[in-house]
Amino acid sequence: MNGALYGLIARFEDPSQLVDAARELRAQHYTRFEGYTPYPVEELDHLVRGHNFLPAIVLAGGVLGAITAWSMETYIAIVDNPLNVGGRPLYSWPSFVVILFELTVLFASLSAFFGMLALAGFPRPHHPLFGVPGFSSVTRDGFFLCVEARDPVFHPEHTAALLRQFDPLEVREVEND
Amino acid sequence: MTAIEEKQRHTKRPPDPGRPADVITGGQTFGTVTDQIASTVLSRKTPNFWWLAFLTGMALVGCFLIAAWFLFYVGVGMFGIEIPNAWGFAITNFVWWIGIGHAGTLISAILLLLNQSWRNSINRFAEAMTIFAVACAGMFPILHLGRPWVFYWLIPYPNTMTIQPQFRSPLVWDIFAVSTYATVSIIFWYLGMIPDIATLRDQSKSRFAYAFYGVLALGWRGASRHWRFHETASLLLAGLATPLVLSVHTVVSFDFTISILPGWHSTIFPPYFVAGAIFSGFAMVLVLAIPLRAVYGLHNLITERHLNNCAKLMLGTGLVLAYTYAIEPFTAWYSGNPFEMFMIHNRATGPYAWSYWGVVAANVGVPQLLWFRRFRVNPKPLFAISIVILIGMWLERYMIIISSLHRDFLPSSWANFVATLTDNATLYGSIGVFMVLFLLFVRFLPMISMYEVRELLPFSRPDGGSVK
Repeated sequence: MNGALYGLIARFEDPSQLVDAARELRAQHYTRFEGYTPYPVEELDHLVRGHNFLPAIVLAGGVLGAITAWSMETYIAIVDNPLNVGGRPLYSWPSFVVILFELTVLFASLSAFFGMLALAGFPRPHHPLFGVPGFSSVTRDGFFLCVEARDPVFHPEHTAALLRQFDPLEVREVEND
Repeated sequence: MTAIEEKQRHTKRPPDPGRPADVITGGQTFGTVTDQIASTVLSRKTPNFWWLAFLTGMALVGCFLIAAWFLFYVGVGMFGIEIPNAWGFAITNFVWWIGIGHAGTLISAILLLLNQSWRNSINRFAEAMTIFAVACAGMFPILHLGRPWVFYWLIPYPNTMTIQPQFRSPLVWDIFAVSTYATVSIIFWYLGMIPDIATLRDQSKSRFAYAFYGVLALGWRGASRHWRFHETASLLLAGLATPLVLSVHTVVSFDFTISILPGWHSTIFPPYFVAGAIFSGFAMVLVLAIPLRAVYGLHNLITERHLNNCAKLMLGTGLVLAYTYAIEPFTAWYSGNPFEMFMIHNRATGPYAWSYWGVVAANVGVPQLLWFRRFRVNPKPLFAISIVILIGMWLERYMIIISSLHRDFLPSSWANFVATLTDNATLYGSIGVFMVLFLLFVRFLPMISMYEVRELLPFSRPDGGSVK
């Protein structure tokens, strides 16, 4: 893929143009496009394709944490190291609740963090967009929209013309490197 | 200034009479707020104040290390703890520090869920404060152990000793609560910082800084897909951290309430401890914010509104605390238990009466000044009030621990607690540890969340408004 086209990137002055352009791409049945912004733009999120599995991952992590804590405490208190404290029952579950809660939160939080990294594709040391001159302003005040070449509707000239309708500061070709 | 910045500067907010005062003042653009915050790390000369504070902190860290060395070499006898006063400064410091951390999580998690967007410019350093306060807190139980080198016996793991932690003990709950709290706080803090670390990567001038921040930024490109997962993860973590932060000090208070000592064995302790924790935490937020804002010129980002809101929260939690102080003598009297009644009487008139009346003056008396707006928005008096509250909250924990311990059920075992040099060196030393960690954070990481501040600017939404 060396030297092949990765896609087209347009820089916009403000988020409203970016959202308008994304809306038009969506209307023209583009699927492989992505907005790049210095802060989350909610309207854009609705226009860009993709599911969000993170809540399900976090739920699974939390349930796993609860099961881990409960089975660990029960096993240790009844089988591994039974302690008779003044004749109190070995399975004294009310006192297990605190650790059950803590491990539920711990496992769910770790799932949220690592799930987020996995879904967003991190860590990602290099990406074709890092080679685009001026792209570094995306973390300052730059609003970008990139249409990938692998989109079935993509056409180098037509797509560029479509992006130009929304008065971008510039439209560039992005090379795979 | 570029044409874009010129345009942003002149963008007028749509008139909205119901809107509160600006959180961010002074005609800023995305570029200027970014540069202002990033320059502290990347280009500005380190202020002399920073060096002065850093060297002071390092001197205190030195005291701490010497004290810890003696403590490990000689044993816990270096502390002033002697039966019946088995808990002295170490546990006081532990409870104090972990309480301070609570305001950071409250700001970052609870205020996020409540859509309080004014928090956006103070949440980052408040979270850092949480982590460093928990780090300071975490050292004390280990220093306080008789055999600190086997501290890992507190954690359940398969071993050949045929013993395991006792899950009915609040001390074991504490290990899980504090370590979970530390882990979740670090995750939440780092996750929130990734977009801002990417900004530092993109703004960095040197190759070393580019590589350092580049690795930490994990390849962040600000894609809408990144933001989607980032926002979801932040919200879910906030939802998890909210009950967690309330549980941590609750569990710490269980260390006291599950015992049968008069003055500790009380059902009011969990809310009492949580309110006190948030109270002292906001005092620490202000103690950090007021100098930071003066030294780094952040008056446009940390505005009067932030000081005012923090002071109001401090007043509110202070009143909850005042209620618990009032209800304690009542429950002692209503219980009819002679030991409880003696404890309350001895607390107010006995050898540690100074600590009790100090607590009442610092935590109930002084915060009443915050009813007046002039004390809430004026940095100097607010800073002084916050320091008084921090001292008051330390004294409160000292009072709770010592006033219940030094008069045992049997008068033959009564003894007073006298703090040693090691006690004092570890307390002041831990303040140094906190200062050094916090100053390093201010120097090398973005102390204000840049992307969340951009969201507050008046033209950040496609329709020309800003969030909330």
